[in-house]
Amino acid sequence: MGARLVRLDCMSEPAIRIEGLHKHYGDLHAVDGLDLEIPRGEVFALLGPNGAGKSTTVEILEGFRRRTAGTVSVLGVDPQHATREWRSRVGVMLQGTSERGLLTAREALQYAARLHPDPRDVDETLAAVGLTEKAGAKPATLSGGQRRRLDVALALIGRPELVFLDEPTTGFDPEARRQFWTLIESVRGDGTTILLTTHYLDEADYLADRIGIIAAGRMVALDTPKGLRARAAEARVSWAEDGAARSEETSTPTALLRELLARTEGEIEHLEVTHPSLEDVYLTLIGEAARDAASAHESEEVSA
Amino acid sequence: MTATTATSAPTWGSMARARIGVEIKEFTRSREQMVFIFFFPMMLLLLFGSVFGGEEISPGVTFAQYFLAGMVASGVFNTGFQSLAMSLAIDRDDDELKRIHGTPLPATAFFAAKVAYVLMVSVVQVAILIAIGVVLYDVSLPGDAAHWWTFAWVFLLGTAAATTLGIAMSSLLRNAKAGSAVITPIVLFLQFTSGVFLVYTQIPSFLQHVAEVFPLKWLAQGMRSVFLPESFEAAEARGSWEHPATAIVLALWIVVGLFLAVRTFRWTRHDDN
Repeated sequence: MGARLVRLDCMSEPAIRIEGLHKHYGDLHAVDGLDLEIPRGEVFALLGPNGAGKSTTVEILEGFRRRTAGTVSVLGVDPQHATREWRSRVGVMLQGTSERGLLTAREALQYAARLHPDPRDVDETLAAVGLTEKAGAKPATLSGGQRRRLDVALALIGRPELVFLDEPTTGFDPEARRQFWTLIESVRGDGTTILLTTHYLDEADYLADRIGIIAAGRMVALDTPKGLRARAAEARVSWAEDGAARSEETSTPTALLRELLARTEGEIEHLEVTHPSLEDVYLTLIGEAARDAASAHESEEVSA
Repeated sequence: MTATTATSAPTWGSMARARIGVEIKEFTRSREQMVFIFFFPMMLLLLFGSVFGGEEISPGVTFAQYFLAGMVASGVFNTGFQSLAMSLAIDRDDDELKRIHGTPLPATAFFAAKVAYVLMVSVVQVAILIAIGVVLYDVSLPGDAAHWWTFAWVFLLGTAAATTLGIAMSSLLRNAKAGSAVITPIVLFLQFTSGVFLVYTQIPSFLQHVAEVFPLKWLAQGMRSVFLPESFEAAEARGSWEHPATAIVLALWIVVGLFLAVRTFRWTRHDDN
C-alpha cells in the first residue's frame, strides 16, 4: 500500500536524471561531464562508437560501477545505494551473453520470476520473445539471437519500470535484428522506460524517441531522430543532363526542381532528391568530437 | 507451471530456496563438478587404498582406514574451498555474478544458497566415501551417539570454514584461468601436511606445526576420532583427539573466512570497476 503511494508520487519525476557525471580511470576520462534527463515511458538510445563511454554510463546507472563525480538518480534512487526493492523495478540486460548456463530457458525464467513481487507469466514471456519452441533448450543449444532474446525476457520478467539494454543486437544478422526490434516495439507499448545503447544508427533511428550521441565521454548531440536529420539542412538533388551527371546541394530543392522541369523536355534522367541520412549527421558529429578531443589533447601537451 | 502469484512479494527465504534449486540443478548437470566432487575423491580412496591400504600404521589400524578419515576431511574441505572458489571465479569471469547482482536476490540469500549447496553435496560425497570404507577397508561405523555428534559438529564447522574461505579465496583469484594454478598448490600442500595423503605423525615436525595453523589438519583429526578405534587416540601427535582445540581452530577460521568474504567479495571482474 505504502509502496504504491510512493511510486505514484515519483511518477512525475524523470526515470533517469544525470548531472555532471564523471568517471575517470587514472588519466582516462571515460565519462567526462554528462547531463541527461530521460522522462518515464521514453525509449532512449545512447549512440556512439566503441569506447565512447556508453557502457560505462549505463553500468553506473545500473549500480555496477561507482562514479568519480556528479549526481545520478534512477527511479528516484542513487544506484550506488541500490536496494532490493529498487532492483525489482529495474530490468538489466548486460552487454555480453553467456552460453555456459545449465538451466533451460523456461527454468531460468521461472527462477527469475520467483525473485519479483509481480512477475510476468513465464509462458507468455517465452511466447513474446519467440522462444516457446525453445523453452526446454539450454543456452548452449540456442543461437546468438535466441540467447539475446532470452536475456531480454529475463530483463522483463519482473515487469520493470525501467529496462537497460546494453548493445542488445551486436553481432546479429540483419534479420535477427529486425525481429529484435519488433520485440522491443511490443515492450514500449506498456509504458516501460527503455534505455538502450547501440553503435548501430539504424537501430537508434528505428527504436528511439530520442537519441543521445556520445563521443569521448561527452554528449555531442541530443535530439529526436528527425531533429538530428534536420541538422544537415541541405538536400542533394542529382540528375543527368546532356549525358553528364550533375548534382547540387540546396536548402530549396523544390525551387531547383521547378527550374529543372522548366528547362527540360520529357524525362529528367537519373533524378534523385536525397536528404542526409542519420549516418551522415552522426559521422559528422563523431568526426568533430574526435577532432576536438585530439586538439584538446595536443594543446594540453603543448602547455605541459 | 505458470508463475502468476501477484499476491505475495518474495521473502528472503523464498528467494534463497529458489536459488538453492538453481544451484542443485546446475550441479547435477555439470559433469566436471560431478566428476571432481564425487569421483575424484572416490578414485583417490580406491587408488591409495589398493596400493598402501593393507599396511598397519598402528595395531589394528590400516592405512586405508586412516586415509578414509583423511579423504572425508579433504572432500569436505575441497567442496567448500577449492570447487566453490573456482566456480565463483568462473561465474565472475563470465559476468554471471554481475547478472545475479542485477536481480533482487539479496547477497546473503545468495551465499546462504551456496552454503546449503555445499552442505548437500558434501553429505552425498561423504556418504559415498564412507560406504567404500565400510565395504572395502573394514572401517566400522561408530555405534554410539557420541561419535555421531562429533561427526556432526566437525562436519558442520569444517564445511562452514571451508565455504567462507572459498568465497573469500574466489575474490583473491584475479581470474578463473589463473585460479587453479594458485589454488591447487595450496590444497595439495595442505593435503600432504595435514594427515590426508601421509600419516601426520610421520612428517617432519616443522611441517606439522605449519599444518596446525590451517583447518584441514583439525578436520582430518576430528574425522579420525569418529572412524578410528579409541586405541588410536594415543598414536595422535599429542596423544589426544584434541576436540576443544579442533572446535576453536575451526571456529576461528570461520570468523576469518567470514570477515574476508564480506570485505573482499566482488560481483564484477577485476578489470571492471
